[in-house]
Amino acid sequence: MTITERARRKAEKLDRLGELSAARDDERGVSLWQEAFRRLRRNPAAIVGAVILGVFLVVAIVGPFFVPYSPTDTMGIREGLVKSGQGIIPGSSGDHWLGFDHQGRDEFSRLVVGARQTLLVGVVSTLIGLAVGALIGGVAGAAAGLGGRWGRWVDGVLMRVVDMMLALPSLLLAVSIAALLGAGLDTVMIAVGMVSVPVFARLLRGSMIAQSGSDYVLAAASLGVRRSKIALSHVLPNSLAPVIVQATLTLATAIIEAAALSFLGLGNPDTAVPEWGVMLADAQPYLGIRPALAIYPAVAIIITALGFTLLGEAMREALDPKLRK
Amino acid sequence: MTREATVTDDTTAPAAERGDNLVEVRDLKVHFPITRGILFDRVVGHVKAVDGVDLTIPRGRTYGLVGESGCGKSTLGRAILQLIRPTSGTVNFDGVELTSLPANRMRAMRRRMQMIFQDPMSSLDPRQNVESILVEGLQAHGIGADRAARRELITRTLDAVGLPKWALSRYPHEFSGGQRQRIGIARALVLGPELIVADEPVSALDVSIQAQVINLLDELQDELGLTYLVIAHDLAVVRHISDVVGVMYLGALVEEAPSDRLYAEPLHPYTRALMSAVPVPDPEVEDRRERILLSGDLPSPANPPAGCRFHTRCPWAQPTRCAEERPVLRPVGTSRVACHWAEQIASGELRPHSVSTQVVRPKDEGDAPHAVSAPSEPGSFV
Repeated sequence: MTITERARRKAEKLDRLGELSAARDDERGVSLWQEAFRRLRRNPAAIVGAVILGVFLVVAIVGPFFVPYSPTDTMGIREGLVKSGQGIIPGSSGDHWLGFDHQGRDEFSRLVVGARQTLLVGVVSTLIGLAVGALIGGVAGAAAGLGGRWGRWVDGVLMRVVDMMLALPSLLLAVSIAALLGAGLDTVMIAVGMVSVPVFARLLRGSMIAQSGSDYVLAAASLGVRRSKIALSHVLPNSLAPVIVQATLTLATAIIEAAALSFLGLGNPDTAVPEWGVMLADAQPYLGIRPALAIYPAVAIIITALGFTLLGEAMREALDPKLRK
Repeated sequence: MTREATVTDDTTAPAAERGDNLVEVRDLKVHFPITRGILFDRVVGHVKAVDGVDLTIPRGRTYGLVGESGCGKSTLGRAILQLIRPTSGTVNFDGVELTSLPANRMRAMRRRMQMIFQDPMSSLDPRQNVESILVEGLQAHGIGADRAARRELITRTLDAVGLPKWALSRYPHEFSGGQRQRIGIARALVLGPELIVADEPVSALDVSIQAQVINLLDELQDELGLTYLVIAHDLAVVRHISDVVGVMYLGALVEEAPSDRLYAEPLHPYTRALMSAVPVPDPEVEDRRERILLSGDLPSPANPPAGCRFHTRCPWAQPTRCAEERPVLRPVGTSRVACHWAEQIASGELRPHSVSTQVVRPKDEGDAPHAVSAPSEPGSFV
């Protein structure tokens, strides 16, 4: 009885102390995600990346409604201003800010409208890669970390499949998939997505195996928590940080790879729909006449990829527990 | 609900079978295979982390387990809880044989035996707040009808370990080391266990906090009638908290005695060496007292010495028996000692001699290696 009494007095004292020290803070505790977000907000690189991506996102979503001309209108040829065959492609002017492309279409409008397509390809293909990769890696990681002998066998089989995908150069793999499925927008997204599958799978698996050996997993097992629940509610959430970071970084490479596929002629067969990669490919024969046609989409791709990379790197720093003070 | 009830009935032995001992471990062995090979794993040997341990923990008492790092004491603790499946031997918990229990029944049994970890930071999931840490065990065993009932149980447990209520919504990284260990203790307590295995419960804590946590464990034992298995390498901690102390060396118990008895009169040569390593807080005595310095390192548990495990480093080792015959734990007075010559050593009939370092290595390993971490003169390490 006295012990309970003593414990209660102690608890009351601690309560008071806690109220005093928590006065500056709100009621709730700060979770790791919240803290990571706070760190992210203080990182200038993250802010630059976020601003770039914000602009990109706004342009991609509302841009097509505000462009001065239709991106598919070959007005330059109709008005006789563009004669690609004779090497006449006029540059920027007051009416046409970035000039015409080789088919007499307004370059600025095409660039703005192309942002949407580019974003779509980047996001969707990354999501495909993330979903498939996380599924394979998650199953393999959970099986290897917690599944015992049989689990290690499952892990071995899955990882050999992933290794085979990893053995092929990424662009070659994408080209093979694109060639297999036939050219098209879906194909580009699937092909680019599949390329990033092994990266996501390996990353999540390794991260999960590392977490499976930690004390809190043992603690959960000793509490009597089911293994499936341990995998889903402890191991997985603690393994996600590097995968999320990888996803932002993959978005950048996905845009570049999609551009490369379009450049190789495996992109959207409907060439009327502007896309930065296609624009880059189309500009190739006219590099000698008007290199700016290649430079505009290239710069757009580079800046966007830079934005994703900056944000991804900043997120990695924010989420890495080793950098936490 | 009915399923839970039958599980509980199953795992509780009939009253007649219940003795005064909560845990009885017989000839427990945990061997980890050493594998080699690229495509196919080939077992090339075993690390004998625990190699034949018998121990008994009386209900409501504290059993302290000491030994140097790598002697297998943590593995023994985990094997008793079946967190590592033992290679052979039996673990009897309150009349139920754990080693042969199917996985789902074992899971239900876990409610009655809990663990406290060494490092409170790494043993708490950083993404769980305290409430969810404490609720998890309750959910796993279907304790508490609804959220309110669980809340009530959790609040009482927080009170018992001296944590404030506002801790519930906080995350582990927002607490100090001592508070985190209290969270770990609360997590173990909330299920209402009978046995708690505390694996180095205070060695990661500040000295000033250590006493608080040890006293807390003591208070909880008085209040709730808990049985403890405390694993530690700090002799003072073990002495303070334990009723019975077991000394482990290279995967086996070498001596087991009531706490005061062990510290007053250690019988096994290894225990004597261990005790003589405890500094005396009096410079005069400290300077004059005789210390037993062991030479060499702990032999590899993959290739333990034949006969008595300790004979390679023992200052009392005799030419007969020690190297050939493995001593069993036998009663000497109120202690149990695994030494052939315990009586003669105790009476002073045998005197310690100097030990030259012996290299223990597999027979097929060729010439004596040049770089063996052996001190140039006995005792220059320690």
